[in-house]
Amino acid sequence: MIRRVTLPTLIICLLLAAVSLAVERFPPPDFEGGHELPLTTVPAPRADLYEYLDAAVLLAALSLGAWLVLKKRSRRGIFLLMLFSLAYFGLWRKGCVCSIGAIQNVALSLFDSHYVPPLTVIAFFLLPLFFTVFFGRIFCAGVCPLGTIQDLFLLRPLKVPLWLEQALGLLGYLYLGTAVLFAATGSAFIICQYDPFVAFFRLSGSLNMLILGICFLVICMFIGRAYCRFLCPYGVLLRFFSRVSKYHASITPDECIQCRLCEEACPFNAIEKPAQPPASQNRRQGKRLLIFLLVLLPVLTLSSGWLTSKASPAFARMHADVRLADRIWQEENGQAEGTTDASDAFRATGQPAAELYQTAQILQQTFYRGSWALGIFLGLVIGLKLIQLAVRRHKTEYQANRMTCVSCGRCFAYCPRERVRRKELETKHTEHGS
Amino acid sequence: MTTDKKTETNLNRRQFLTNASRGACLLGLGGALGALASRAKSDDMVWQLDPYKCIACGNCATYCVLEQSAVKCVHSYAMCGYCELCTGFFEPEPPALNTGAENQLCPTGAIKRTYVEDPYYEYTIDEPLCIGCGKCVKGCNAFGNGSLFLQVRHDRCLNCNECSIAAACPSQAYTRVPASQPYLLKGKDTTA
Ligand code: SF4
Ligand code: SF4
Ligand code: SF4
Ligand code: SF4
Repeated sequence: MIRRVTLPTLIICLLLAAVSLAVERFPPPDFEGGHELPLTTVPAPRADLYEYLDAAVLLAALSLGAWLVLKKRSRRGIFLLMLFSLAYFGLWRKGCVCSIGAIQNVALSLFDSHYVPPLTVIAFFLLPLFFTVFFGRIFCAGVCPLGTIQDLFLLRPLKVPLWLEQALGLLGYLYLGTAVLFAATGSAFIICQYDPFVAFFRLSGSLNMLILGICFLVICMFIGRAYCRFLCPYGVLLRFFSRVSKYHASITPDECIQCRLCEEACPFNAIEKPAQPPASQNRRQGKRLLIFLLVLLPVLTLSSGWLTSKASPAFARMHADVRLADRIWQEENGQAEGTTDASDAFRATGQPAAELYQTAQILQQTFYRGSWALGIFLGLVIGLKLIQLAVRRHKTEYQANRMTCVSCGRCFAYCPRERVRRKELETKHTEHGS
Repeated sequence: MTTDKKTETNLNRRQFLTNASRGACLLGLGGALGALASRAKSDDMVWQLDPYKCIACGNCATYCVLEQSAVKCVHSYAMCGYCELCTGFFEPEPPALNTGAENQLCPTGAIKRTYVEDPYYEYTIDEPLCIGCGKCVKGCNAFGNGSLFLQVRHDRCLNCNECSIAAACPSQAYTRVPASQPYLLKGKDTTA
């Protein structure tokens, strides 16, 4: 009578059984009564069809956005599109997958042949970029859920001094570079891990991320779209493409009459004032500065590469295998007491430690090269930024800076020419114009 | 007059440069499209954990972005020994071998124990109650057949671009699997 056996004996028996047999310590019974085994349920994930629907909605939203910004010039239309995008891509799709995060999938797939990116992720990465080459940052204007949530919270924009704006803008490049490094090495998707708004989209998340998100939203009440301007890694790409876009949102529907009414209209510091060409005295100085900067560029690039490569051991620890190898080595050499879940799990696999060390070493070398590349990239960015600041362009009109303008359409209504176009204003201007 | 001409050539030159760079950008994007699309799969990828790697550390219950984890315990019935003293069900030294809460390993009482025939009992998971803590999995792995194991349940999972649990899993048990085969089950495939 097995039921009468005392528990300790039973446990000892079980323990013995555990040692002798790895699996099936107790052979599954043949039921005399013909008991039917239940089936393990396997609920299916969302059908692929919905993924394609997401891509189709993205395409439609981008097209609509382009029409609203360039043709209709309607801030209200853009605002409604923003609400829709926030509801669809944010609340309904819970902020995943987004174009910003797709950078990492693309980077991973380029460097790791085992990772195959789904078509929809590629569409999310490329579609907004294609649109930007033609129409400017339409994606930011009304499609990106991160951009729209920030835009909606804008309350009382404060002016950020231009030098600070330029300096903080470099953070985005740093973020992009490190995110690509970590994604390409298969270490982590930091853009997803530190997405400040995703907790709102999902209406759940860790406390830290929630606090971070609230902080960002409070900042965004006063510094419009702070994440977009200073951090967004996708924004870096969009800025780059928007610079050469075929069409772009313009403040005035036809001509700038230099009325200065739009000067303070942009909460994102994107409106540039007309600038006179520098006097010839300054011009010579400017040339000298430019030559100096051009010489500085390679120096800056190399030193930044060298400096960043020094940080590669720290970067490498982002990879789980490197961390694990470190830990195992410490444990084996008596530098760490006890074991961790990870080291236990590793030992349970029976894989020799030497193999792990080798994997880690290869990874460390990859990180060393990657850190050099990251440093060179950052050095180039800083150098080119300095050169860009040194080259003063001659401007005769009030214009939205193609890189920083997110095409939100706020400034349209400030322009008297626009109000004429909308027939809100009948002025002598039009009469003598025609 | 000359300054006008100068600005005009300047403008033309700038226009030309812009056009050329736009062409280069488009070329680059086209190249990226080609390179990516040639390798891409139309099949979506989803996250799943390999039950043979999982050590039931408990992170699955706490690291999911959902309030209640998308990971739950599932049972491979064909593997189960239908033990009367299920070490996935009972505390290591239960006060009594009955379904009293004080005897159970599961903190939420999510495992239902039903009598089949002497001396066999069947254990089924009440999924809405299960929080994916893996306590039963640990117990079943230690002394039983290992027929209880954790899986990402795809009716709940948001399929985050990077699964938060994957980043925290000490045994690196998480992988991306094709959405057409979204489970990594133990034992014979006897699925519904
Ligand atoms: S800058 Fe980035 S976060 Fe902002 S709207 Fe554009 S893509 Fe979205
Ligand atoms: S985090 Fe990993 S080891 Fe821990 S319970 Fe989940 S799958 Fe298992
Ligand atoms: S012990 Fe944990 S994993 Fe097992 S059924 Fe209960 S809640 Fe689920
Ligand atoms: S992908 Fe997201 S929702 Fe799914 S199990 Fe991982 S963290 Fe939870």
